[in-house]
Amino acid sequence: MNASSFLNFDAISRIGGLLFDASLETLYMVFISSAVCIIAGVPLGVILLVTSKGYFWESPRFYNVLAAVVNALRSIPFIILMVAIIPFTKFVVGTSIGTTAAIVPLTIGTIPFIGRLVETSLRTVPHGLIEAAESMGATPWQIVRKVLIPEAMPELIQNFTITVIVIIGFSAMAGTIGGGGLGDLAIRYGYMRFRADVMISTVVILIAMVQIVQWIGDYLTRRCDHR
Amino acid sequence: MIKLSHIVKTYNPGTAKEVPALRDISLEISKGEIFGVIGLSGAGKSTLIRIINMLERPTAGTVEVHGQELTQLSEKELREARRHIGMIFQSFNLLSSATVAENVAFPLQLAGTMDKAAIAKRVTELLELVELGDKAQMYPAQLSGGQKQRVGIARALASNPEVLLCDEATSALDPKTTSSILELLTALRRKLNLTIVIITHQMEVIKECCDRVAVIDGGVITEMGSAVDIFIDPKQDLTKRLVSAAVRRGLPELLRHTQVVSEYHEGAKAVVELLFLGPKADAPVIVDVAKECAVSISILAGNIDHIQSEPYGIIVVEIGGSRAEIERAINEFKQRVHKVEVLGYDERKQLSEF
Repeated sequence: MNASSFLNFDAISRIGGLLFDASLETLYMVFISSAVCIIAGVPLGVILLVTSKGYFWESPRFYNVLAAVVNALRSIPFIILMVAIIPFTKFVVGTSIGTTAAIVPLTIGTIPFIGRLVETSLRTVPHGLIEAAESMGATPWQIVRKVLIPEAMPELIQNFTITVIVIIGFSAMAGTIGGGGLGDLAIRYGYMRFRADVMISTVVILIAMVQIVQWIGDYLTRRCDHR
Repeated sequence: MIKLSHIVKTYNPGTAKEVPALRDISLEISKGEIFGVIGLSGAGKSTLIRIINMLERPTAGTVEVHGQELTQLSEKELREARRHIGMIFQSFNLLSSATVAENVAFPLQLAGTMDKAAIAKRVTELLELVELGDKAQMYPAQLSGGQKQRVGIARALASNPEVLLCDEATSALDPKTTSSILELLTALRRKLNLTIVIITHQMEVIKECCDRVAVIDGGVITEMGSAVDIFIDPKQDLTKRLVSAAVRRGLPELLRHTQVVSEYHEGAKAVVELLFLGPKADAPVIVDVAKECAVSISILAGNIDHIQSEPYGIIVVEIGGSRAEIERAINEFKQRVHKVEVLGYDERKQLSEF
């Protein structure tokens, strides 16, 4: 690789095209996985919270079993989980290769993580607020929906931000086993073909993505934090 | 209005961590009454107030509010019953993510029986009632402690409850704000014919607004009576201690370290505590007695105050004269004031000798 290749417009537009496509793939994986994780993780976190000690559906046995499953899933390194659940991935999407297939391990690997974060976020809501709502005749469902979630919203958004950033990282890893996206590009071009320019570009794009997600998260947190 | 019968509450019954919180509590509170429950921390008063709206279920005993036996209700019926029992808290417990207006609207939205326009109208009314009409769009974090508690009161009154429970509602507030909140509660009682139960460790709160008081210690009621009786004539040691925090009683500081003995001896002066109560509190009793019995009376300490709106005064005087004269003067005082207590006899000739 010499300097002149940087001036080779063909090459630049070809690499640019690759980077663009890979970025879109990454965004697709991250967006779908994040959405699924949040949709599944919030109920998981709520269930963890309300069945724990001192909450309205306290059930030590249920909580301990669920918490153990969550912890077990969280302790499997993502790269191993990805390979280990290939049969399941095949069952769900029909293949284990490609961006859509990568969404399955990304989701499964991140739901327990976000579930725990949601649980801890909701736990920051003072118990007095739950008591006040109960004294007004609120149902458990109303307490979750109208007290716990709105009151914990700043923490929840912070934790969603962390989760999306974790998913961006994981999605790059998913690239190594044929998941597509920026990770895949970085491995195939940057690592295997010694294309430092591709490697650096993917890193820069990933940094930019993380930064933008963090900015959005911080902005939304500030918007809804009235404390 | 509220009737608790033989309430027992034990935490973690049958385990090593068993804690008896309430042992056998029975009390009855009538409609329109402001009832105070006072006790030191850990006495069980927070548990007691939570039993009234069943935030805590009693281990044994019955809870009757407005003729309804709450211990027998299903969860759903209980939620309905709680809408008629407002509650305010020491830490206000407002939703930080909601504006003042949204906080007050909260119980109405939970009930789901009013439409948006009706809720908005009711919220405006309630905020006017607690004098916060201009703060509707603010968030709780922008308010002072007293204003937050006013929002708490407006929220508690939103669904027109007959009973208002106040759990240490003024403990986080400064004395001036405390007074204004207590005045508001007293005014609301009159306006809405509310029955109010106040849990507190501050005797000042009882003094300012309660009709009747129960003193609770170790999970039992040790003394119960009208606020005036509890203040003027406390029977139990704990009650005396609590009362002394709000009302100075006994020997004035000035005489604490001098020779005050319990037996009369030649030349001593009597140190007497006079308790004035009600309309007689402003009669010129001291001058009258001094004239009539030809004794010298000097005032050592005095405190004129009111319990609710009942004026009372506690004055410690020193009576000088012969034994017979002193006794006669004391008898005269007994005719004229609510209570006379001889604190002792003092052999000093003049205060100025100090």
